[in-house]
Amino acid sequence: MLDLDQVDIAVDGRPILHDITLRIESGETHVLFGPNGSGKTSLLMAIMGLPRYQITSGTIRFQEQDIAGLSIDERARLGIGLLYQRPPTLRGLRLGELADICAGKSQTAAVTEIAERLHLGHLLRRNVNDGFSGGELKKSELLQVMLRRPKLALIDEPDAGVDLDSLVLVGETIKRMLELPSTDGVVPAGLIITHTGYILSYLRPTASHVLFGGTLVAHAEGSKLLAEIQTYGYGKCPLCRSQQPQ
Amino acid sequence: MSTLSLPTTPVNAEHSSLRERALAARDRPAPYGPDIDLTHFNKPEARAQVESLRSLHTQIREAALLAGIDAEEADRSASYFQIDYSAIYQHIQQAYQGQIELMTTAEAINRYEWLRDYWWKAVDVDMDKYTAAAELDQTGGFFLRVFARQRVEHPIQACLFVQENNISQNVHNLIVLEEKAEAQLITGCTLHPGVREGLHIGVTEVFLKPGATLTNRMVHNWAEGFHVRPRTGVIAETGATFVSDYILLRPVRSMQAFPQVVLRGEGARAQFHNVMVGVKDSLIDMGSRVELLGRGTQAESISRAVARDNSVIYLRGTFMSRDNDSRGHLDCRGMLLSDAARIYAIPELQAIGAPKSELSHEAAVGPIAEEAVEYLMTRGLTRDLAVATLVLGFLKIELPGLPAVVTQHLERVMAATAGAGL
Repeated sequence: MLDLDQVDIAVDGRPILHDITLRIESGETHVLFGPNGSGKTSLLMAIMGLPRYQITSGTIRFQEQDIAGLSIDERARLGIGLLYQRPPTLRGLRLGELADICAGKSQTAAVTEIAERLHLGHLLRRNVNDGFSGGELKKSELLQVMLRRPKLALIDEPDAGVDLDSLVLVGETIKRMLELPSTDGVVPAGLIITHTGYILSYLRPTASHVLFGGTLVAHAEGSKLLAEIQTYGYGKCPLCRSQQPQ
Repeated sequence: MSTLSLPTTPVNAEHSSLRERALAARDRPAPYGPDIDLTHFNKPEARAQVESLRSLHTQIREAALLAGIDAEEADRSASYFQIDYSAIYQHIQQAYQGQIELMTTAEAINRYEWLRDYWWKAVDVDMDKYTAAAELDQTGGFFLRVFARQRVEHPIQACLFVQENNISQNVHNLIVLEEKAEAQLITGCTLHPGVREGLHIGVTEVFLKPGATLTNRMVHNWAEGFHVRPRTGVIAETGATFVSDYILLRPVRSMQAFPQVVLRGEGARAQFHNVMVGVKDSLIDMGSRVELLGRGTQAESISRAVARDNSVIYLRGTFMSRDNDSRGHLDCRGMLLSDAARIYAIPELQAIGAPKSELSHEAAVGPIAEEAVEYLMTRGLTRDLAVATLVLGFLKIELPGLPAVVTQHLERVMAATAGAGL
């Protein structure tokens, strides 16, 4: 579904990531680890097509289509969704109004159902992200993206700054989102950034990867990289070291 | 009817004095806004009275409706309709007889001698050439009086309509809300689709007796060659509240207004909400000046302006406190949607002999937040739609009391304005 082949990424013209090769198939959930500042968010932003994050080399394909020249909204309409780590505040636009936009016409029942599932009903009349707590921000992001029924969900630190009750809700709802076929019947894939791994209690990752020193240095099935990173850290994790290019 | 404690002068002497002051000011330019030559405007024909607003031509009714004036008079307590120089309709619904008086100012001045104590007392007749023109060559205007302790449930509507091209409509309105009276006024100022140029001078003097509350909503729809010079003065006594919502979304050649509110009584309050969109070559110079004289007085002004094309917008505000227990806050925000558009935010705070008064302001002018546009694009909105959605949100104010069709129209115009600016 998503195929990055030897991709280099620059942010505001400054090279950040190089030689990223990553393949994610329909129905798979991939996890991305890496220290702060390693470029994990930049990778997600570049896949989504935000103009500051340019792919300067290599190819990016989504469902066999080269999407390098597509705008953010064109990629969104193809089925790529992004849950921001730190979304902006939109004054004058209510969360309920944005949820209706995301859901499309005559889908108000879906808005109500997912908002209730996420305990967000009381925020629908508030301006988007205005004064939301950490957990509310994550749930608001999840509401919007889930209503769009994505084929590929890019999920940036869903477990950061979230209390335990919210974490359960967020984790279970992400799981549900990744099981829910898109409107044209495609089983979604997910690419999730996490530092702590808390969110992985609710998901069954297909594979995990480590981003370190500007490139992907390790790949493993499931989430077994997490235990290594927790024990040894990114610099000395044996799996990371063994797979690093010589 | 109690009167304000203003100096009283014999009627004839005062009248001649006003005329002399106006004559002395007839060439005096206003401090703000481009100067207008008042000599080249045409005189319109007089218009006949109508029995019902429904009998007006469809084009007039539709234009009026988009300025908040409902020809059906549904959910309206009273209506005043003026076309060019002629007051063609005044009507008070049966249920509101005895709560309201509504007539031309000319008729009111003839009927009530005491009105001389209010005439040109909230606005200076010699402020500039436009107030002078309203005195020397007045062409209509309405008198609204709400009797003491009457709470008028449905809005009163007043339409000042320009039908002929290149005339100068010089109205003088007088509004008196007696003690503890409450009313909502919708003033729709607009013109016939065929009008390209002209001038509207609107003097409005408002007197709020103790405990009175007036909400005044003004929707202005003008044309690319049209000049507008409102001159509003408000005197609020103890516990009185003045709320003003001003909406201008269509092109105008120039609009310059700086309404002045004097919060004279203890606990008097003023609120302004201004929403303006500058398009094409519009020059909009809008402000509010509030004098907080009484103890516990409060004022707030919120202005939102979007400038596109070659438009220029000035957002002014002057709050002047003269009592320690007064509070005021000015909030001016401007959004620029083109390289050539300009916005100037000029808030001014003055504490004079009131060191413990609390006055504050926040002003911000800038482009639309790119991060917010991109965020909405990640939700599948095109760039144009994302910008329009954000501009709409930026300008959004609650407008209870306006017909749904007007609110929808305003939102449509706002969205189109935002979209077309790209």
